[in-house]
Amino acid sequence: MSEGSGSMGATRRDVLAAGAGCLALIVARPARATPESMASAIKAFVGEAEVQTGKVALDIPPLVENGNSVPLTVTVESPMTQQDFVRTIAIFNEKNPQPNVAVFHLGPRAGRAVVSTRIRLGDSQNIVAIARLSDGTFWSDSAELIVTLPACVES
Amino acid sequence: MARALINVPSKAKRGEIIEIKALVSHPMETGYRTGPDGGLVPRDIISRFLCTYNGEEIFSADLFPAIAANPFLSFTTVATESGRIAFRWIDDKGQAHLETAEIVVE
Repeated sequence: MSEGSGSMGATRRDVLAAGAGCLALIVARPARATPESMASAIKAFVGEAEVQTGKVALDIPPLVENGNSVPLTVTVESPMTQQDFVRTIAIFNEKNPQPNVAVFHLGPRAGRAVVSTRIRLGDSQNIVAIARLSDGTFWSDSAELIVTLPACVES
Repeated sequence: MARALINVPSKAKRGEIIEIKALVSHPMETGYRTGPDGGLVPRDIISRFLCTYNGEEIFSADLFPAIAANPFLSFTTVATESGRIAFRWIDDKGQAHLETAEIVVE
């Protein structure tokens, strides 16, 4: 009898320990992008070059109800000729699990540097768009927005 | 792999800037979501999109899990000649979905 209850206790302890372990795992899991990880993702894209503000217009609603699908448009001021065009546009976020959102590759054949898509946002945060022009300069714009129902929370 | 919706004007004047819209049905599973069994739902993402105009690449995109389900993309190109505009979506496993549209340039 005493032996039985002893093994029972050990089992319960094991179960509790395992449960606590699971809980810790769940709490620790959502590794989020931070402003620092966004900065390092931007650095990986830009390298040593300087990013200037301007030329880029990031159009995204300031108040988002549903973070699962947020319309986003990036427009870059550029003549889009063979000599002067937008090469790449990259979008970054601060608080999703990953700092990267998308990278668009354009060329002089685009005619206009306008790209639209729909993105996911896990929290209220800053979004940054950076454009690399054909002359090697980088230009950026950012937008701060509030998300009422974030993505990634539903099961 | 999926159903795609593409919007390319069937006719355009030479030199005109046309807008192209492409949407493909895909869950864009992030790999961060828990399923009904409590485990993580495995990642399933379209990571690359390519658009070619008569074989020449005019637009491409690297997509990350932060792109909404059923990825939608809109961009522009100059209508240079009649021909075929091809769209290719490539997922993590390397599977590709191809769609094409014909355009007549006058």
